Amino acid sequence: MLLVASLVCAVGLSACSSTPSATPSTTSAKAKTPSSSSDPYAQTDLHAPAGSLTGAGSTFDQPFFTKAFYVYNQNDSGVTVNYASIGSGGGIEQFQANTVNFGASDVPMSPLDIASAKGGQVLQVPVALGGVTISYNLPGVASGLKLTSKVLADIFLGKVKNWNNSEIKSLNPGVKLPANPIQTVYRSDGSGTTYIFTNYLSAVSTAWASGPGTGKSVSWPVGVGQKGNEGVAGFISTTPYTIGYVELAYAIQNKFTYAKIENAAGQFVSPSLASVAADAAQKPDITSVDYSIVDEPGATSYPISGYSWALIYQLQKNATTGTTLVDVLDWLTHAGQSQAASLDYVPLPANIQQLARTTLLQVTGPDGTTKLLTTS
Amino acid sequence: MTSLATLPPRPGTGGRIRRLLAVSDGAYRGALGTVAALFVVLLVVFVTALVVQARPAFAHFGFSFLTSTKWDPVHVHYGVLVFLVGTLETTAIALMVAFPIGLGCALALAFGIPERLRVILGPAVELLAAVPSVVYGLWGLLVVAPWVRTVIEPALGHITGGHEPFGGSQIGVGLLLAGLILSIMILPTMVAISRDVLLAVPGVEIEGAFALGATRWQVMRRVVVPSARGGILGATTLATGRAMGETIAVTMVIGNTDHFAHSLFGTTQTMASLIANEFTEATEPFHLAALIGVGLLLLVVAVVVNLAARLLVRSVGRQRAFGIGVL
Repeated sequence: MLLVASLVCAVGLSACSSTPSATPSTTSAKAKTPSSSSDPYAQTDLHAPAGSLTGAGSTFDQPFFTKAFYVYNQNDSGVTVNYASIGSGGGIEQFQANTVNFGASDVPMSPLDIASAKGGQVLQVPVALGGVTISYNLPGVASGLKLTSKVLADIFLGKVKNWNNSEIKSLNPGVKLPANPIQTVYRSDGSGTTYIFTNYLSAVSTAWASGPGTGKSVSWPVGVGQKGNEGVAGFISTTPYTIGYVELAYAIQNKFTYAKIENAAGQFVSPSLASVAADAAQKPDITSVDYSIVDEPGATSYPISGYSWALIYQLQKNATTGTTLVDVLDWLTHAGQSQAASLDYVPLPANIQQLARTTLLQVTGPDGTTKLLTTS
Repeated sequence: MTSLATLPPRPGTGGRIRRLLAVSDGAYRGALGTVAALFVVLLVVFVTALVVQARPAFAHFGFSFLTSTKWDPVHVHYGVLVFLVGTLETTAIALMVAFPIGLGCALALAFGIPERLRVILGPAVELLAAVPSVVYGLWGLLVVAPWVRTVIEPALGHITGGHEPFGGSQIGVGLLLAGLILSIMILPTMVAISRDVLLAVPGVEIEGAFALGATRWQVMRRVVVPSARGGILGATTLATGRAMGETIAVTMVIGNTDHFAHSLFGTTQTMASLIANEFTEATEPFHLAALIGVGLLLLVVAVVVNLAARLLVRSVGRQRAFGIGVL
């Protein structure tokens, strides 16, 4: 009987805890005046109160968001942002259903996705910049193996099969390359990192573009898959003669091997925060449709990189919440970028920060005309 | 049970107590019924949700969803045959390794070793069940995989001269490693349940066999194991279920490729690991529906295996009833 009672209790409790608890807005948001106090939506707003925001999506953004939002909360605002890193797919779904204030995705929402979004016109803001390093395990060979885009594509297509292939040899005179077969490693889980890497391969190789193509999960011609950056890195570090791709921040923090990749200007460039930023700065006019920044020109550009995006609705039904949201995102894409650098994310170049602000300036209150972002 | 409820209420304290008892009896039964019904309701809700969400994929790809070997989100083509086979293969390897070891271990724990060792070894085996599967996966990837690559695979490859089933490149991760890790994960289930069933074999039967001059081995082989066969099959069924549904550990050691494994060293993928891999970032058209379809298929396979095992247990039980049990 006791057991049954406690079971019933447990069921009841879990049912209770799944209902959203009202987050107390202890310290009020930045003292911005709400545009209209007679706003009918303000009374029946389903979102969290103005002092706290909710977001969901990309796991790539999570370490950066966690730190940045904490700092923002401590700074002066008292605004709490609860971010659930459930993956870009989940983030887009939650955003479409209008259950979160913003979504985050490693790839912008497609026009098809936007069409089924409940909250109207969608704005997409670049919030984080990342690069992808090519890492390998070759006994006796340190970091800095030189690879061209062609060789890299051929390795992952299975056309270049052995480490002592004549093309790799001619790129790396003086390096002792073994005759062992190349074992490629890829991310088995759907990921923005895979998207950036396959986007790069598609850009530099027609065989790749017409074969496996670009995506967060693709059908790889050769190789084995491992889950997560840690899975790929773990497999490479324990298995000789492997080559794979790892997200830049992870590679830097774990001091992983990396290859120098030939960029569009014909230079071999090491992956770093500076070289990825140089690549991104080459294309200041990105949009949510034309967002690819792989293989950009410039002598110092590292060619394998891409943005992660925040998703918001242009028309905010609650002016107070909307103002808090655009303030947070404006800070995140400007001053907040210093937090990105401390976690080995690439800070957004100045021209992209400006683009983010231009986009955020389009956000309006419930009347559809009042701009919510006031920049000083 | 019914007598309390049907007795006419009498005046005085005795009647009140009976009424109270009748009420609490009803409440007790009600609570039990509710909890029991909860599982049925949960299952129905669960299956309905799966079917509804997977329907776009079934409607779009039809029968090729089951028969196609190509899984390609970029070109919107989803076929699950590779993963269905991968699930069955890893489960089969795990069972082939875990069944003899598990049964032997259970016999040892039940009869073979002295009491003092038994109280240490018994809980130790059960403790294995409490290790989170991600730990098995990490251990498999970082410790066992290099060992399999440098010791096991070369040794096995040597036996067949690099031909099937031990051919192909030796990279550690793959079908063999996934099967081995799974077998370790299902051992506690196998051992704990089998041991309890073996211990439940009537002492009279065992003593009788000894009295007839049977050796220890003969008693185990001809009395204990046949008598506990139904229970051992039940334990195997539970272990099979766990092996088929295991997600994260398999994901970490199987190599995650979307084609068939051509040898035991080859890499492939199971239905559960596919879902674990692709669920979070499934934004392509039909991708999510196809993954939920895979989940539904896994559920169907699990139910089929469970039913088959039940039928097997029942037929074994009947044989025993007819006295053919002692073979």
